[in-house]
Amino acid sequence: MGLLTDLRDSISRVVDRLFSESEPKRIGIYGPPNAGKTTLANRIARDWTGDAIGPESHIPHETRRARRKENVEIERNGKKVTIDIVDTPGVTTKVDYKEFLEHDMEKDDAVRRSREATEGVAEAMHWLREDVDGVIYVLDSTKDPISQVNTMLIGIIESQDLPVLIFANKIDLEESNVERITNAYPQHETVELSALEGENMDEVYAKIAEYFA
Amino acid sequence: MPEATASDNGSGGVQIDLFSGNRMANLTSMEKIRLILDGVRDGNIVILEEGLSPDEESKLIEVTMAEISPDEFNGIEIETYPRSQTADQSFLDRLMGRQSTQKLTVIGPANQIQTLHKDENLISALVSRK
Repeated sequence: MGLLTDLRDSISRVVDRLFSESEPKRIGIYGPPNAGKTTLANRIARDWTGDAIGPESHIPHETRRARRKENVEIERNGKKVTIDIVDTPGVTTKVDYKEFLEHDMEKDDAVRRSREATEGVAEAMHWLREDVDGVIYVLDSTKDPISQVNTMLIGIIESQDLPVLIFANKIDLEESNVERITNAYPQHETVELSALEGENMDEVYAKIAEYFA
Repeated sequence: MPEATASDNGSGGVQIDLFSGNRMANLTSMEKIRLILDGVRDGNIVILEEGLSPDEESKLIEVTMAEISPDEFNGIEIETYPRSQTADQSFLDRLMGRQSTQKLTVIGPANQIQTLHKDENLISALVSRK
């Protein structure tokens, strides 16, 4: 891409954001599969609108299509923000239908699920480049956060100059280690939480209102 | 780094394609992605002297997802040395969303390559034959 095109695109992104102050911000919830993205999206949506976004499951790629909850108003500490929450499929560089067979699925169902998952990830990547105003990056705090996909995704988000909050989820589990995440990505603020148990959600909402307002 | 191709496919070995920074510099983003995925889909390990930009990485994931098909191609494994921190970027680079691509990148078929170890100075991978 040429220098002028780069500059034009960059200026256009900044101008778009300046003039869209009154519009709800589209906040993409990204992260690896099974980090708890849908559980978090449901928790936020239920707390502020009364409705959930989608089904949660321990099976990888339960969320195969991005789901959106519009006009979620979050208010904390005098700051208020209206966001559209976009819950995205877990980003990965590989999808093998055989993994789903281990979850008591027939081959046809597993193949269909893997096709939907690949389409969903491709869509989520496209939106990350074009359509989100900010990112909540959800990591499972019981797992090593330094994976290639996480490093790449956070690099992509940084290159877009998108505001990003890292959420260290699953702190209710004994193996949780939030420090590994704060050490891995010290350039971003990390907020610990349990989306399943609703732990530390006050701070979660305070940070969302602060970062995305 | 010299551009080299080691091929032993006739005897069931694994081919490794090493692409120099110069070779990739003249290609468009989609040409780079095509070059990588065509090699990986043939069962090769592709090594880039200089990695991809964040935008190209994003497109590589997107195109990889579009090409996954059951019992044929189930994606890629990719490893890169940790990206240098943004502190060494110029203001213009940051404004334009550009990041340094000075990093060696290894990409291979997900069903053949397994990363054993990675740190700032070493990527250790186990490559199996098909």
